[in-house]
Amino acid sequence: MASILPIPDLIEDATAKLTCYPSKEKDLKQIDLPLARVPDWQHKAIEKFAEMLRKYKSLQVYMDICARCGACADKCQFFLGTGDPNNMPVARAELMRSVYRRYFTPEGRMFGAAVGAYDFDEAMLHKWYTYFYQCSECHRCAVFCPYGVDTAEITMAAREIMASIGVSTKYITEVIAKVYQTGNNLGIPPPAWIDNCKFLEEELKAETGKDIRLPVDEEGAEVLLVAPSADNFANTDTMMAYGILFYALGVSWTTSTYCNEGGNFGLFLNYANLKKVNRRIVDAARRLKVKRIIWGECGHAWRAGILTDTLNGPLDFLEVPHPIHICQYTAAMLKRGAFKLDKSANDDVLVTYHDPCQPARAGQLLEEPREIIRASCNKFVEMRADTIRERTFCCGAGNGLLTDEIMPIRMAGGKPRAEACRATGADVLATPCAICKAQLPEVMKHWKVDVRISGVHDLLVKAIVL
Amino acid sequence: MDTPTALWNLTAGALIGMAYIVGLIFIVGIVYRIYLYLSTPAPLPIATTPAPTTVPGAAARVAGDVFLFQNLLKYDKPLWIGSWLFHVGLALILLRHLRYVLYPVPGWVIDLQTIGMYAGFLFPIPALYLLWRRFALKRTLYVSGIPDFGALVLLAAIAGSGILMKYAAHVYLVDVKAFVIGLLTFHPVAPPAQPVFIVHFLLVLALMLYFPFSKLMHAGGIFFSPTRYQPYKTLERRYVNPWDP
Repeated sequence: MASILPIPDLIEDATAKLTCYPSKEKDLKQIDLPLARVPDWQHKAIEKFAEMLRKYKSLQVYMDICARCGACADKCQFFLGTGDPNNMPVARAELMRSVYRRYFTPEGRMFGAAVGAYDFDEAMLHKWYTYFYQCSECHRCAVFCPYGVDTAEITMAAREIMASIGVSTKYITEVIAKVYQTGNNLGIPPPAWIDNCKFLEEELKAETGKDIRLPVDEEGAEVLLVAPSADNFANTDTMMAYGILFYALGVSWTTSTYCNEGGNFGLFLNYANLKKVNRRIVDAARRLKVKRIIWGECGHAWRAGILTDTLNGPLDFLEVPHPIHICQYTAAMLKRGAFKLDKSANDDVLVTYHDPCQPARAGQLLEEPREIIRASCNKFVEMRADTIRERTFCCGAGNGLLTDEIMPIRMAGGKPRAEACRATGADVLATPCAICKAQLPEVMKHWKVDVRISGVHDLLVKAIVL
Repeated sequence: MDTPTALWNLTAGALIGMAYIVGLIFIVGIVYRIYLYLSTPAPLPIATTPAPTTVPGAAARVAGDVFLFQNLLKYDKPLWIGSWLFHVGLALILLRHLRYVLYPVPGWVIDLQTIGMYAGFLFPIPALYLLWRRFALKRTLYVSGIPDFGALVLLAAIAGSGILMKYAAHVYLVDVKAFVIGLLTFHPVAPPAQPVFIVHFLLVLALMLYFPFSKLMHAGGIFFSPTRYQPYKTLERRYVNPWDP
């Protein structure tokens, strides 16, 4: 089967000028990073590189073993969309390997450029900053690599090294700073969060005639739901869907204004912030004395979510200690026959499903969303086999790329998904990820695909008979 | 002693010395790299999903990678055929060569002789295919450097000189065996006085010297890829980060 997009000709430096805006001092102050490029930055970067090599088996092994067979080369949406050779996963990783060879291998120290070993100079740093921020850490290349080399591990290490010498992007650092200030990525202050929930409760009353609640900060609730803040603000259908779901199940639940976000931008920057951002979830669960934490429809939240026990655990103060995704929870309830469903409520649309990268390739979440959609819709169609499940394409904006200054990259990266969706003729594309939900409407508009983007639970609650 | 004999003795001595030095670098280099892979912690669970949920399942996944190259088998058939034949050929050739090292020669090594010979003759085909592919695809050409071509050319040259010995420049098995066993038992004797053998042997030494410092370490590293060897057990028990428990 031919690739969903023709494999492009190599266009050197096609996207070399598309870089993210650099971080602002006010944000850096809040997240423990240097406010500007540190003195002696080259030396400091290599020291940090050495530390990362000592700490991460993945990095050490992936620096050494790539055979440059090229199996990954045409699998990245950013290469398919742009043709820039540095967007081939193997070439992206070589940007880091060339520095590794120069400073950490005898042959690189001796023979330099002849064996592909290069100095970490200003030009190299600029390449890192450009291309490691054109990678969405989506793990797709790892699926095709004979050794499972995951470029996400390499990109994450490169970003951590850069952050340590004072080089990072405005979007990511701004979001993390907002999380520490307001509890969520969008910077919604607690009173506004509560207001939004009240407003949505009124909507629910008008739509269903029932008193369906969206509880906030309720101590002693059974479930703490950590949903993306975008669900409270933009994807409100999904927020209301959580309310209907728990109402139908008769389960008490709450959101937290201390931690009303699961999405973890620390994942895109460095370990310290990954851990600190995720800690809020556990702290909120302790304060509210809940029995379990359920992660909402958010891809990166789930990626960080499955690390919670490791990063911030043990979680043994919870009755159900391990992380649970809302799709796992709902699918389990479906199996128990907990809902009365009328599938014909969704008969007006043909539905397809987009696997977000993190749940599909890092979070073992492939069947549950499909089970929910199949139980809620009569008309469900899969996209091409090579564009779904573990071979799904990134929406084009994951891992800190959802920022407007690199719009051409985002649209190019989203093209494979757009074309696969177009081919199904679906009216609705359902996906459990806030970043996908923000990015895909723009992608579909750009590539002129007539489809509405929806959450997974939005479809379920339409079919639930209350 | 006449001049040619003196020269030969010098050459033989140099070869033996080189063999020991290279052998030492090869062993120490590989042991060091494997130790590095073993001892470097894997702080977070990062299995590529869908992943096996048990340790035996994960072991089976790694075995599939090692013996079947399963990701290539699933998604890149031409590369799979080329690389799998290349590696199986290499393995058969190496096993066949055990007859130069072991005494007495075990029955299964003798049984391997015929197929090992065919593997040797045919080996240049997948090797040349991989070399051709490296040039033919713009994507692989872009990321290929001297070491990538070098490794293939070196292996092809070793195979070529080996085949040559079988037909054009015959070497007695007994002489080769005396030389190799002499080296292994630290009672070195002179190598067979056959230029093609000397070339073959020198090329192998070059490969051994190159091995621990190159991408050829994928041979050992494939066992240490966390995305592949980790089972997905997040729902079962806590994964502990050794440097941040």
